Amino acid sequence: MAEEETELSEEQRKEIAKWFLLNAPAGEIQYVAKDLKSVLNDDDVYNEAASEAFPVYNKSHMICLEMPGRFGDVLVTSYGELQDNDYLDPKTAQVAIVDHVKQVCTEVRPATDEELPSPYIEEYRCALDAEMSKYVGEAYPKGFCSVYCTNGKDAEGPGSDFELVVVISAARLSPQNFCNGSWRSIWNIEFKDDIQILELKGKLQVGAHYFEEGNVQLDARHECKDSTLFQSPDDSAVSIATIIRHHETEYLASLEASYLNLPDTTFKDLRRKLPVTRTLFPWHNTSQFSLTREISKELGIGK
Amino acid sequence: MEAAMGLMRRMPPRHSETALSALLSLLPQHSSDLLSQVDLPLQVLCDVDNGKEFILCEYNRDADSYRSPWSNKYHPPLEDAPYPSSELRKLEIEANDIFAIYRDQYYEGGISSVYMWEDDNEGFVACFLIKKDGSKTAHGRRGCLEEGAWDAIHVIEVGPEEEGTTRYCLTSTVMLSLTTDDESSGTFSLSGSLRRQMNMNLAVADGHLCNMGKMIEEMEGKLRNSLDQVYFGKTREMVCTLRPPAEVAQLRLPDS
Repeated sequence: MAEEETELSEEQRKEIAKWFLLNAPAGEIQYVAKDLKSVLNDDDVYNEAASEAFPVYNKSHMICLEMPGRFGDVLVTSYGELQDNDYLDPKTAQVAIVDHVKQVCTEVRPATDEELPSPYIEEYRCALDAEMSKYVGEAYPKGFCSVYCTNGKDAEGPGSDFELVVVISAARLSPQNFCNGSWRSIWNIEFKDDIQILELKGKLQVGAHYFEEGNVQLDARHECKDSTLFQSPDDSAVSIATIIRHHETEYLASLEASYLNLPDTTFKDLRRKLPVTRTLFPWHNTSQFSLTREISKELGIGK
Repeated sequence: MEAAMGLMRRMPPRHSETALSALLSLLPQHSSDLLSQVDLPLQVLCDVDNGKEFILCEYNRDADSYRSPWSNKYHPPLEDAPYPSSELRKLEIEANDIFAIYRDQYYEGGISSVYMWEDDNEGFVACFLIKKDGSKTAHGRRGCLEEGAWDAIHVIEVGPEEEGTTRYCLTSTVMLSLTTDDESSGTFSLSGSLRRQMNMNLAVADGHLCNMGKMIEEMEGKLRNSLDQVYFGKTREMVCTLRPPAEVAQLRLPDS
């Protein structure tokens, strides 16, 4: 076999490194990075992989970073991305410049007018942001949310359709207890001016990882739809928040139900707790040679 | 190596095969360590003589062939391959028959295989394997699982007999994954793997199979409970911590 076929190319090693980074559970990418660097033993390949993988991971996990200067926090999402490392925080109208690999916000600047929505849109966005912040503050102990305009941000007044996106990101990281988890909600809201209807589409994703002497992960996803009337900014905001609260509460309840079903139903399809006889397996009969026939008779099954 | 095992503990269990082959290609010099310390979902072949399936693992493999516990033949055929002694083979046959019944009682389906071979310490090693597909299209009796797999590997080192007792060292690994999918709640997917050990000194008079069988049954019960209550329980606790159910949120409990 030729040398090139057994040795991995730099490109291949970089792709493998990226795969590990991208598949890190919520809050664990730095730990994965440390182990990966050790396994790779090649800083150049690692750095290239990291520069490509971290931004994708950060956006998909919607990580929350503190902005210097008492502006609060900014969510790193594709909806708020202005350029590779610039992320808009609509609430404070600031743009955060982010170092993806270090997962920190290095500086902050005010957003320009072109980067912000029109005053008409901002009325809706701001009202919804306020309602959502109230909801998230109550429902999620450590949750953050942002509302972005993803379509039609320059609409001057009624008569145009536009689209807002609500993003909720909550993470509980407890590495000393070997347990981490995250909740991500993305709600797309289409404001349809002509029919005066708002259409909502929600995507909820929950993940958890427990790894004390083992490795168990939960991955749960759900999509839902709803609609309501196109009203004034404040009334629309209240309507939307009510709908989102309703669906998310219902989803949490159905997750609980799935867990309740586990021991007796779902898990049973994999392995029962005890045989149908409700006793342990009669191993003591195995010392005789024709044991299998004995056991089959005892258990009443054909062979 | 420690870093490699760290990575395996963090990658999603569903992707353990991809993770392992990635590690093998990055660390070819550690391949035998990696292969012995990382377990992968089990593969199966069909015995050409009797149409019965058997499970593949490192313990019935030689080169690229695997020995069937039913016919004792290597698939594909191999010359100069290792076989257990005829005495051990008798025990192996009995073990396979009994374990198949045990498997049926607890798993209501699935496939099992037992392999034995002499080791250097006048004792022997036995490997008991179970593979169960619990999805509703396969052996899932209640039809709730879109996808479900349980793979168990139990390796027992049996020491030489000393004054009527023998020492048994059991290392068990269970890998499982399950997914439910429905309109109202979307997809719900749990997956994971656990490895534990148990050592016991037992009387030879009860017979090796009886001793090993009881250890395995006890271990599987413990692993199943652990997975259900502790491991899955922790993920459930995490979900409730992320977003407490409505009644709790109103109390505004302080963060712990």
